[in-house]
Amino acid sequence: MDFSIIQESWPIYFDGLVTTVWLTVAALVIGLLLAVPLAVVRVQGGALAQAPIRAFVYFFRGTPLLIQMFLIYYGLGQFQWMQQSVLWSLFSEAWFCALLAFALNTCAYSVEIIRGAIVATSPGEIEAARACGMSRMLMLWRIILPSAFRRALPAYSNEMIFMLHGTALASTVTIVDITGAARIIQSRYYSPWEAFLTAALLYMCLTFTIVFFVRRLEKHWQGHLLPARVSDFE
Amino acid sequence: MKKIAVFLCCFFLALSFTTASFAKEWKTVRVAVEGAYPPFSYIQPDGSIEGFDIDIAHALGQAMGVEIVLVQQNWDGMIPGLLARKYDAIIASMSITEERRKKVGFTDKYYQTPVKFIAKKGAYTNFTEAVLKGKTIGVQRETIHDKYLTAQYGKDVKIKRYGNLDEAYLDITAGRLDLIIADSAALYTGFLTKENGSDYEFVGPDMMDEKWFGEGVGIEVRKQNTKLAEMFNKAIQTIRANGEYKKIQDKYFNFDVYGK
Repeated sequence: MDFSIIQESWPIYFDGLVTTVWLTVAALVIGLLLAVPLAVVRVQGGALAQAPIRAFVYFFRGTPLLIQMFLIYYGLGQFQWMQQSVLWSLFSEAWFCALLAFALNTCAYSVEIIRGAIVATSPGEIEAARACGMSRMLMLWRIILPSAFRRALPAYSNEMIFMLHGTALASTVTIVDITGAARIIQSRYYSPWEAFLTAALLYMCLTFTIVFFVRRLEKHWQGHLLPARVSDFE
Repeated sequence: MKKIAVFLCCFFLALSFTTASFAKEWKTVRVAVEGAYPPFSYIQPDGSIEGFDIDIAHALGQAMGVEIVLVQQNWDGMIPGLLARKYDAIIASMSITEERRKKVGFTDKYYQTPVKFIAKKGAYTNFTEAVLKGKTIGVQRETIHDKYLTAQYGKDVKIKRYGNLDEAYLDITAGRLDLIIADSAALYTGFLTKENGSDYEFVGPDMMDEKWFGEGVGIEVRKQNTKLAEMFNKAIQTIRANGEYKKIQDKYFNFDVYGK
C-alpha cells in the first residue's frame, strides 16, 4: 500500500468532498421542504389530492436511485423537444440532473417518514387542541407538526445518511464528488485499494458528523421521551 | 547428486537443441488473434473470425511465403500463451509499450490509428486550436487521450470525463458536449458508422505525437525469434508497397490507419 499517492492527489479529494457536501445538503433541504406539505396532504387531503402524491412516492421508492438519475440525465437528453426547451440550459448540466434526482428521491422517502410520524400523533393531544378551539391550521402548526418532527427525527437521520451515501452515484454522470475523485485516482495510479479506502474514510467522517448533530438535536428535543436507562449509558 | 547433474545436463542439452531447431526456416507460423475487437477482429455469426488483423495476418503470410495458422486466444492470456509456445506471433491490435517490451519482442508497427476529435457535421469547417476555447470536450477517464487533452488544452476547455465512450456518445447527441477526443478507429466503428452518429464527423488534425500516444500497434514474437520479427518487418513493407495493405484498410476504414 502506498498512501503517498493520496497525499499528492489531496486537492482532487478536497474538491470532491465539497461537491458531495453541497449536493447532499441541497438535496436534503429541497427534499424536506417539499416533503412536509406533501405529507400533510397525504394524511389530511381528499382522495383526489392524495392520488398523485401516492404515485410519486410509489415511483421514487420503487425504483433505484441510479435508474432515476439515468432517466433524468440520459433519458430526457434523448428528446428533441427537451433539447429545444428553455429548461435545457438547466437539464444539460450534470449537477442539476443529479440534484433533481436526489431531491425527488429523498423527498419521496421523507414524505413517508413524516406521514408516519403525523399519523402516530396521540389522539389525546388532538382532542385537547380541539377543546381549546384551535383551527385545523393552528393545530397543525402548534401541535401536530412539532411533535411529528420529534418522532420522525431518528428515522429521518437514517434518510440523511442514505442520501449522503446515495450521492456517490453522481460520479456516474461525470460529476467529480468523493467517489468521482476516487475513480480518477484509481485509474491514474492503478491502486483501487488506497483510492477507495480514502473515499470510504471521508464518507465515514461525514456520516459521523451527521450522527453527532442528530444526537444533539435528539437530546434537545426529545430528552423527555428518552428512557432513563439510555441516558445512564451515555 | 550425480544423477541430478546428468539429468540437468541432458535437460539443457535438449533445450539447446529445441532452440537450435527453432532457428530453422519458418514454414508455418501460428498466429494468435483475439476475436473481440471489431473491426480489427470479430467472430462472424457462423463462428469464423474476421477483421483487419486477420486480413493483415493472411497478407503478411503470403508476403513471407509461409503458411499462417490462426489460433484464437483471449486477451488476458495473449502474452503468456506466446511465451508458452502455444503460437509464434500475436496479431491482435496490441500497442507497443515499454512494459510489454520487457516480455516480448515487437516488430515495427503495422497500424497506428491517429487520435482525433469528432463534432457535429459542419460545426468546425475551419478548425484551428483557437476554436476549442470554451468548448466542452468529452474524453474517456484517465486514458492517454485524457492526459493529452488535460495537458494541452486543460486551461481553455471544459473537460467531461466518462467511464466509457458510449456514455460520451449519448452526451454528444444530447448536446451536452461539443467534441469528443478518442482513438479514431474506436470513434469510427463505435459511433460515426452507427445510426445516431451519422450527423457527426472527424474534425481537426491527426494527433499522433509519440510522446503522448506511443509508437503504434505491432506484432509480438518471442524475444529470441529475431529472425521471425525481421521477416514480419519485411512483409509489412512489402504489403505497404504493393497495395495489399491499402486494399485491406479500405475494406474497414475510410481514412489512413498506418500513420506516418
